[in-house]
Amino acid sequence: MIEFVLNGQPRQCEANPDTSVLELLRETLGATGTKEGCATGDCGACTVAIGEPGPDGKLRYHSANACITPAHQLQGRHLVTVEGLAEGNALHPAQAAMVECHGSQCGFCTPGIVMSLFTLHEQQRHAPAPLTQQRLEATLGGNLCRCTGYRPIRDAALSMASHADNRPAWLDAAAPRDKKPHAFNLDTGFMQPTTLAELTECLKQHPKARLVAGGTDLWLETTQRLARVPHVIDVTRVAELNLIEEATPEEGLQGWWIGAAVSYSRLEPLLAEHYDAFAHLLHRLGSQQVRNRGTLGGNIANASPIGDTPPVLLALESRLRLVGPQGERELPLADFFLDYKRTALKEGEAIRAVFLPRPTAEQNLKVWKLSKRREDDISALLGAFAWRLEDGVMRDVRLAFGGMAAIPKRAARAEAALEGQVPDTAAFQAARDALSEDFQPMSDVRGSAQYRQLSAANLLERLRLVILNDSQASIETEQPREVMLHAYAH
Amino acid sequence: MRTLTKLTTPAETDSVSADSGVASEALEGRIKGASPLARDTVSPNSHPFSRQHESAIKHVTGRADYIDDLKAPADAIHVALGLSPVAHGRLTRLDLEAIRRLPGVIDAVGFADVPGHTDIGPVFPGDPLFVDSEISFVGQTLFAVAAESQRAAREAVQQALATGVAEIDEQPASLDPVAAAERGEFVRPTHVQQSGDWEQALTNAAQVVEGEQFVGGQEHFYLEGQACLVQPTEDEGVIVHTSNQHPSETQKLVAEVLGIPFHAVTVEVRRMGGGFGGKETQASPWACIAALIARRTGRTTRLRLPRSEDMRLTGKRHPFHNRYRLGIDEQGVILGGEITLIGNCGYSPDLSDAIVDRAMFHSDNAYSLGEARVTGHRARTHTASNTAFRGFGGPKGMMVIEAAMDDIARRIGEDPLTVRKRNLYRPGRQTTHYGQHVDQVKLLHALVEELENSSEYWERRRAITEFNAGSPIIKRGLALTPVKFGISFTAQHLNQAGALLHIYTDGSVMINHGGTEMGQGLHTKICQVVARELGLDIDMVRITATRTDKVPNTSPTAASSGADLNGQAARDACVKLKQRLFDFAHEHLYKDQGLEREDMRLEAGYLVAGHAESERRIPWGELIQAAYLNRISLSEKGYYATPLIHYDRSTGKGRPFYYYAFGAAVAEVSVDTLSGEYQVERVDILHDVGDSLNPAIDIGQVEGGFIQGMGWLTSEELKWNEAGRLVSDGPATYKIPTFGDLPPVFNVKLMEGHPNSMASIYRSKAVGEPPFMLGMAVWSALRDALASLTDYAEAPRLDTPATPERVLLVADELRRRYDTTPLERGTP
Repeated sequence: MIEFVLNGQPRQCEANPDTSVLELLRETLGATGTKEGCATGDCGACTVAIGEPGPDGKLRYHSANACITPAHQLQGRHLVTVEGLAEGNALHPAQAAMVECHGSQCGFCTPGIVMSLFTLHEQQRHAPAPLTQQRLEATLGGNLCRCTGYRPIRDAALSMASHADNRPAWLDAAAPRDKKPHAFNLDTGFMQPTTLAELTECLKQHPKARLVAGGTDLWLETTQRLARVPHVIDVTRVAELNLIEEATPEEGLQGWWIGAAVSYSRLEPLLAEHYDAFAHLLHRLGSQQVRNRGTLGGNIANASPIGDTPPVLLALESRLRLVGPQGERELPLADFFLDYKRTALKEGEAIRAVFLPRPTAEQNLKVWKLSKRREDDISALLGAFAWRLEDGVMRDVRLAFGGMAAIPKRAARAEAALEGQVPDTAAFQAARDALSEDFQPMSDVRGSAQYRQLSAANLLERLRLVILNDSQASIETEQPREVMLHAYAH
Repeated sequence: MRTLTKLTTPAETDSVSADSGVASEALEGRIKGASPLARDTVSPNSHPFSRQHESAIKHVTGRADYIDDLKAPADAIHVALGLSPVAHGRLTRLDLEAIRRLPGVIDAVGFADVPGHTDIGPVFPGDPLFVDSEISFVGQTLFAVAAESQRAAREAVQQALATGVAEIDEQPASLDPVAAAERGEFVRPTHVQQSGDWEQALTNAAQVVEGEQFVGGQEHFYLEGQACLVQPTEDEGVIVHTSNQHPSETQKLVAEVLGIPFHAVTVEVRRMGGGFGGKETQASPWACIAALIARRTGRTTRLRLPRSEDMRLTGKRHPFHNRYRLGIDEQGVILGGEITLIGNCGYSPDLSDAIVDRAMFHSDNAYSLGEARVTGHRARTHTASNTAFRGFGGPKGMMVIEAAMDDIARRIGEDPLTVRKRNLYRPGRQTTHYGQHVDQVKLLHALVEELENSSEYWERRRAITEFNAGSPIIKRGLALTPVKFGISFTAQHLNQAGALLHIYTDGSVMINHGGTEMGQGLHTKICQVVARELGLDIDMVRITATRTDKVPNTSPTAASSGADLNGQAARDACVKLKQRLFDFAHEHLYKDQGLEREDMRLEAGYLVAGHAESERRIPWGELIQAAYLNRISLSEKGYYATPLIHYDRSTGKGRPFYYYAFGAAVAEVSVDTLSGEYQVERVDILHDVGDSLNPAIDIGQVEGGFIQGMGWLTSEELKWNEAGRLVSDGPATYKIPTFGDLPPVFNVKLMEGHPNSMASIYRSKAVGEPPFMLGMAVWSALRDALASLTDYAEAPRLDTPATPERVLLVADELRRRYDTTPLERGTP
């Protein structure tokens, strides 16, 4: 039994462990305002808002793709759908602005767009801030519209604030009586441990159960391949997995342990403060709906060769803390990826936390993702490069790539070609040549082997030019020349 | 700033063929007593013409129902399809009985279960509802399964295929359209259009330019996938709810498949969640299958394609392989030559004959080809049958001549815009290669010049040239491309429409017509036409679902024709009913008042007669009640057929288009020549819709069409594997433009002061398709940026979609050939 609040009304529903929020809405509850466009979390037509208590106890709403959100994760949450926003004939500002700006044509993507705009409107209520292009892209980049070309939708986003603030009062209602998560709900097969101890107990009893956080990849198995997932362990309520903890001096480490269930959205402020390049990548990782739910832990455990964050973490020499039946253990991230979609996780083991080292003053990091579309696309190729300059030579060179091998991987030979070298044309030429020994990429739907090989080598050339620009800029007053498009630069 | 079309008289009379007047007369004859055809749609005093979409509030509140939202009886069943895993082969055995025995299966049907026609080819045969023996593409329907839920039906299909109910003898697939064309494997015969002595023109030319290109296809990616809901009726028939651009054709095909009369089938379409051509012919198969199961089981039946199946099963925009060889003079003006187009039609004709024809009709775009031969091949391959998609061949044809314009410019060392302007149709060079006179060439020239100025083309050209000279990695490009698009179905008989108008005794009005609403705002425009004709507030006029039992024998909502045809039909009904009301008022209400019958009018909710002192006004509601009590019919049908158009395929000559719509776009791009990434920095558009019926909706069509066209040429890449299976079968792998692809500077304007030279509904022009091709400016600008790597010595071939990968590989190849690689010497 899932107990949650739908548009201000308490609800109780039965559902299978692998039922999605969208199935629950459309099939169980007959609420068809939320649309299915793709059932893969890529189009945003099914966008809903999920409310959870924020740090101040007040509800905060974030957008999510209902098609790949497990229905059981609604336990104790508020679910807001497009049907809930208007009170009688009084449209919510997100709706009124869309009507006024001619923001809908066929109307099928519109409910999702309205919900994304709604979450933006909520953010503005809590913390008003300028509606920059970046914020608008973050809000709407995950909502495909095939009719309008987006200009009227942009206008609607910009003009929402000028509409009467018709907003259902129940949006601010206190969280419902705290509905306990289903710690060991073997009736439904959906387990919601709240502590590490409960998690390890669940893992012990159901070592073959699937772990889920955001569900942004796992749920495709059910919507696309019709796989049944009879036992699911939801890690999102495990307190320890939701922490971002600074490493203690005793550990001999400088940095933060990021709980495996921390969503990208929650991680973003930390990255924005310390790793501009990583934060910039985050803006191009999935969509806001995905970033609100996806996690570092999931991105790593999923072990896709084209996951966005593993190359960055490899370049930063990240470590993992795993939890399992034998207790906890740590290992370098580089040792985690064994082969295509195969990891060092043993049966009954889970990732507890991911270590993000504190950047040193000298360290440089560049992260460049290549894809067909700038937003909401999967990498054809991703390069993450860390280095520092010491007396004019490159030190601690770490060049990690996604999309170049069966696993995210560092380019050992190319790194060696640059280590200890002056960043000149010759050194980089050697690194480019070495790259073709490091990797023999494959051709697939996202790019040909030739393109991957060439563009990976060219990213190293870009790196040389960036280093050159930086050094010249620091010495001379001359404007450095553009070596990247501004929309991609960081 | 977006502007509305002003109420002005045209600045000067544009060159118009003599038959415009004929058409006007023909039309006046049909619409008896019509007021002058031009012009006050956009008068701000008569109506708020930039009306919101009639469903806007329903859209934003989730109350607009799409097919899968319709409530069905509790015993409704769901259908899933068993699909061919191979591209070519023979189905040697299909054990439907075994499928029927699977748990949860309510019914399973295949070829042998079809009582009537088994071929549902829309124009020509070739589309079997189910595979009999020959398998022609991956995803072709072998059988269908009904179960209590969609999931159960899909699981049953999965299980059936896994247990080997279908035995297939796989054969080598033909996937290369060029090779197929060389072997003479066509779905329809090759067609040729020729004007003058093209060979002589080539011989006499100062120079000959030639080139080849591949223009990729495009997935429609309507957000609402293919879906239908079929209810059996108490006689032998069915009611079909479908997301569908062509209800009448679906009615016909369902009836033929079931072997029942057409009148036993009613097809209803309230709205589509996008169509774009993808639901013109390709919505029918699912309706036929669901209808078959509904009749067999007696239960309401749903069939909705999951996205990946939708993308694999249904046809797309045709990929084209184009070649040209053109002779030019010293100024770069085309004297003549030849153009060859090979459309990859997939496995069956579908609409490919007309699509390749339209590509041929548009291989001139806005330029005179001189003495030219245009050849169009319809290649057969083992892929899904490619189909209509916004522009319907036009975009693919235009690409060849736009490529040629850039190539000519580099050859003679002029700016591409200069060359384009020299080649535009102009007085003296005003006849197309298929013999149609191009009206309104002054409009075309004025439009290009206005845009050239408003976009600051030449200032930016200078700035870009300067920038590129000092920027080894980032290169900028700029291009202006025009559009001339012919309006009318090239199949003459489709250029007709009907409407049905009811006035109820409370004065409220109901209009129905043959067009369907897919987001383009057709219903809104039709309501505006009716409200305007009857002098009512638009809230008094309601439009409901398109139904084959209200307006019969309709044409597809396609070819941009929806408002042109149905608007005229709705107006016809209004005019007839209005005349009846005037007659009634004159006879019964004003009999002894000496008021002129001819002076009567409907204005702002009143019937008005006489002027000044003698003016009399009757509120609309009173008028209607009086008419009803006096037994005056308050219902009327309207009809319209486009005059003048004809085309003779045996000679390749005629006037296939009633008129042309024009437009132009300027795009500026920046390209990273190290990574192939690019961004569109600014776009300026000026587009001709004649006198706009609804400027807000028209702007929406222009902007949306442009972005969709840009997607076609840039990020939207269809990929098949070697076995002929589409691997880009979802939004994770097939990338339509998203929010960030909206150019940061996007100036879109409607051309002012140029009403349609032909008599159309209030002198407006069709707007659905023409703006799509404005996207070519982005592609041409990318070529311009890449050409800078050659110091503008050549326009590099850039096949489409011009993905970052394609752009990078071209840039890399140019760097090698022109030795401009920064890797060795380009240190900034």
